[in-house]
Amino acid sequence: MKGEIIVETEDLTKKYGQRTAVDHLNIKIEEGEVFGFLGPNGAGKTTTLLMFLGLTEPTSGRAKVIGFDPTREPFKVKEKVGYLPENVGFYDDMDARQNLRYIAKLNRISGEVSEKRIDYWLEMVGLSDESTKKVGTFSKGMRQRLGIAEVLIKEPKLVFLDEPTIGLDPDGTNRMLDLIHSLSREKNITLFLSSHLLDQVQRICDRVGIMINGNLVAIGPIEELAKKKLGLDQQDYTLEEIYMKYFKEA
Amino acid sequence: MYGILTIFRKEMGDHFNSLRFLLISALIVMVGVIITSMVGMAIREELKGMAKPTLIFLLLFTSTGKLFSFVQFIGFFGPLLGIFLGFDSINRERISRTLSKLVSQPIFRDSIINAKFLSGVAIIAIILVATVLLISGLGIRLIGVVPGAEEVSRLVIYVVISLLYISFWLGISILFSVIFRSAATSALASLAIWIFFSFFVSLGASVLSDAVAPVSQTASGVDAEMLMRHERVQRLTSLVSPMTLYSEATTTILDPMRKTTRTLVLMGPLERFSMSRFQSPLPLLESLFIVIPHIISIVAITLLCFGICYFVFMRQEIRTV
Repeated sequence: MKGEIIVETEDLTKKYGQRTAVDHLNIKIEEGEVFGFLGPNGAGKTTTLLMFLGLTEPTSGRAKVIGFDPTREPFKVKEKVGYLPENVGFYDDMDARQNLRYIAKLNRISGEVSEKRIDYWLEMVGLSDESTKKVGTFSKGMRQRLGIAEVLIKEPKLVFLDEPTIGLDPDGTNRMLDLIHSLSREKNITLFLSSHLLDQVQRICDRVGIMINGNLVAIGPIEELAKKKLGLDQQDYTLEEIYMKYFKEA
Repeated sequence: MYGILTIFRKEMGDHFNSLRFLLISALIVMVGVIITSMVGMAIREELKGMAKPTLIFLLLFTSTGKLFSFVQFIGFFGPLLGIFLGFDSINRERISRTLSKLVSQPIFRDSIINAKFLSGVAIIAIILVATVLLISGLGIRLIGVVPGAEEVSRLVIYVVISLLYISFWLGISILFSVIFRSAATSALASLAIWIFFSFFVSLGASVLSDAVAPVSQTASGVDAEMLMRHERVQRLTSLVSPMTLYSEATTTILDPMRKTTRTLVLMGPLERFSMSRFQSPLPLLESLFIVIPHIISIVAITLLCFGICYFVFMRQEIRTV
């Protein structure tokens, strides 16, 4: 299934006044892969995601997501691309099911189909028993899992996850990572994961890109980057070592 | 279109479930019923044994009784209704972080603001129509007069003008909810605008007219020309306030005896004579002609206000959303 390019950018640049948030980004993501987008806070990761969704306009350069230009045809992109923002919010006075139903409606999913999908995804993220509880009472981990279900309701081809495990306890983090992993393997959904939690990224990502101060300083499979940066002979590398090396150079 | 409908439905549901909506409508209904019963009973006492004069039904809405008339009450409380319904509509979603999620769904971004505005307008319409119907029903029982076609049309026009006017305030409060991140700030800003227009504009108008065209008392009485100028300046200045526009429009529409929106009319002896001889109500169309400029102005400021709100919302960087 791999091979088809699902995200492609060409000198994508975003400036906020004088500051360049994203500087001539060139990136290619293939269908079905799990891509880890790394970088310190404020490196321009979220800005890049927003440009991919057409939520903010690039200053210059182009992007192509699932074959469409998000600036010109944001509608087409948003129909098939899910986005889980960092610290996703819900309507706290509605229950989990109502929240999902609302999002399904906004995606023009008809009643019967949407009920089926809601049941399925609530089961998948382990929230079936809590489906009638008000989301206001949910814990951080439950909210994050509900967020995943909400993104998947529209059966996207590609999902952007912005810091999906931040603020979760170790058990919650593990469950979240397993879920993400299975999505990629079983549903063939391309995942684009922005994070700065390196050990987690190393566990699930096929390829990573490292972004520092708006520049993509490295991109490729983790082993390849390890070879390049740490030397051929080293076997028990961690992503953190690679990352720190790039970070110090930049 | 689809997006608007979905968000509209959800917003309506939110309004109906909210305690705020319940309190406001309860308050308006309660005050309306109290005023009507007082006014209605007074009218019944006065009409005992008399033939019913024409257009008596409208007095239910305009007669002040002991306190204030229903029309005055809506004129005063209407803006607050608009502000209550809108002051947290956008920033509530921003604080709960649902706005960024909403804009990443396949809907046009403007459907969010359109749906929010339209649902507020729908709620206002429901409250207004329900209250006017309630008062009418109560009035029919109290004074035993069924409104004629002209009275009904005047009431319909009154409801439409009020709806537009309150929607203007809804627009103001939604605008502030787009600009300010905190709901409290936007509520206070809307209230500040409301206080400015309701108290300070009329105050400023009288100060300005005193400065521009002072009316001096001389031995020979008041200079009529100066008095007219004084009045004109005061009127023009106070028309800046949407409240003046609204109250002039509604009192003229609901009171067929009023032949002009001006409060001061200079009359010579002949005019006075003719006024007293031919005191008859204006036909509906004539009343409407008098207030057409007012109605157009109210439509214009409402659209302008929503337009600004729309523009600001669409131009906002999603990062701040």
